[in-house]
Amino acid sequence: MPSSLVEQVSKHLAARARWKPLEYAFWLAAVASVFLLPGRHLILTEIAWLALFALSLDLILGYAGIISLGHAAFFGLGSYTAALLAKHGIISEPVLALIVSGLAAAVLGFGTSFLVLRGSDLTRLMVTLGVALIMREIANQIPEITGGADGLQGVIVGPILGIFQFDIFGHVSYLYCLAVLFVLFLLARRIVYSPFGLSLRAVKGNSLRASSIGISVNARLVAIYTFAAFYAGVAGALLAQTTSFASLDVFSFERSADLLLVLIIGGTGYLYGGLIGAVIFKLMQDWIANLTPQYWQFWIGLVLVLIVLVGRERISLLTGGVRALAERVTRRFTPGATPPPYAPPLAGKGSEQLPGEGR
Amino acid sequence: MPVVLETVNLEKHFGGIAAVAGVSLKVEKGARHALIGPNGAGKTTVINLLTGVLRPSAGRIVLEGEDITSLEAYRRVRRGLARTFQINQLFLDLTPLETVGLAISERMGLGGQWWRHVGTNSTVVAELVEILERFHLTDVMYARTGNLPYGKQRLLEIALAIACRPQVLLLDEPAAGVPEEERHEILATVAALPAHVTVLLIEHDMDIVFSFADRISVLVNGALFVDGPPEEVARDPRVKAVYLGESLDG
Repeated sequence: MPSSLVEQVSKHLAARARWKPLEYAFWLAAVASVFLLPGRHLILTEIAWLALFALSLDLILGYAGIISLGHAAFFGLGSYTAALLAKHGIISEPVLALIVSGLAAAVLGFGTSFLVLRGSDLTRLMVTLGVALIMREIANQIPEITGGADGLQGVIVGPILGIFQFDIFGHVSYLYCLAVLFVLFLLARRIVYSPFGLSLRAVKGNSLRASSIGISVNARLVAIYTFAAFYAGVAGALLAQTTSFASLDVFSFERSADLLLVLIIGGTGYLYGGLIGAVIFKLMQDWIANLTPQYWQFWIGLVLVLIVLVGRERISLLTGGVRALAERVTRRFTPGATPPPYAPPLAGKGSEQLPGEGR
Repeated sequence: MPVVLETVNLEKHFGGIAAVAGVSLKVEKGARHALIGPNGAGKTTVINLLTGVLRPSAGRIVLEGEDITSLEAYRRVRRGLARTFQINQLFLDLTPLETVGLAISERMGLGGQWWRHVGTNSTVVAELVEILERFHLTDVMYARTGNLPYGKQRLLEIALAIACRPQVLLLDEPAAGVPEEERHEILATVAALPAHVTVLLIEHDMDIVFSFADRISVLVNGALFVDGPPEEVARDPRVKAVYLGESLDG
């Protein structure tokens, strides 16, 4: 019966967007950490804003396939905006300041999104890196506003919603960051399960085909890039608000590079990668720094190399290996047909490559 | 019959080579029009020009009386011009269900929606199931597209174009690379396309061409060589010479 098939498909689609048990477990653990680890709230605060920052990168990298080595540009702008709003008493209420900071970053994201529409992964790496370097130098050149190399001192952040004052133990900070992370996570989750989110995955998979079913590839990329910049700006603002400080290092190359590592540790394209990666990254950094204060970067570097090499290998053995084998077998039995598994990214855009031209 | 798709002196140069050299082609509404020619004649380039993947070096493209020469590819799709690819261009990580569903919701203008989940629109789901059934894809609709057998991928390739509900459908060798025993399934779906849909078919297999087309254009070295009804083209000595010459070359 066709009507029962319609029902079955509807159910299948509805079930996909439903919350999985592991997701409940993750957020319950996050809530539990508030009560069970009161002495660790300072590092948990850092984990929370880093997780939000990584979630932002996952939205563009994991879903739309835009790689970036300069995501700190948006983080940094959000950070300085929040610090300046608080310092000059323009908006002393943190939540409102947070939104304004995110919007400032989104404006920058929109403006620079047109630079990442075209070109290969390498072009995108260089362009995003360049934007972050430019932002850092601008902040460095206007010390009367940003405090230059000394950083922006004397930032006093008001109580949240006029009620909850930040404390030195990070209790309020952590709850605040966790709440913001959760709300923005819910929004991101809604988006990736929507038709818009699906179209992003299509663009990532094959932009040539995406445009041949009527998807405006560029408009979708601009939208998600701008949206992700908002998230990064909010993450930066959280850092500024919880530390009452902003310095040039919010724009640093290391921050963008670390972020990419966080996402590689956690994995891309399933929303939790950035969150899990942030937990592992921060705890590992903390643990190794306690163990060997002088050499922590050496150990962290080693661990990351191992994760990327061994981890990838393991994962591809489990999934990719089987897949590759299956594809090879199918291909063997289809004579004369050895299509490349993927079109090169953005093939046929700007270049004179001929997708679909056989011989 | 009114002309639905027309090119006027269409040209495309790659460096110094003219892949398409002044093609003026008229496709009538509801036609089953085949574009044939030896390898390297420029057939796929013509399709890429028509769909906006490539920009012409000169000439115009007119769809239903409107000049679409400088229109972006996705806008042409929204005006009713859809295509399939000679080499599969699919979303390997998505399922056929997601792929076709996406094409339908894009056509209905819902693709930008971000506040509701995929599958909450019952009109989309109903049409999605209808298309998957028509193209015999229901048994694999939850599988990753990259894992499907080649024949199923070929069917999905066509189903995806149909989901765009085109006025004009460009089929670039729909049965290319499909094993003999699976060909008939694909050709049957092509033959069963609604009569009001105009089809421009590129094909090498002359049996398919002559059983399907009511008009044939022969492209040689980027230029239209012969254009007419099948029986006229079949009798044309020049066409025979071109194909005979090619078969002698191997």
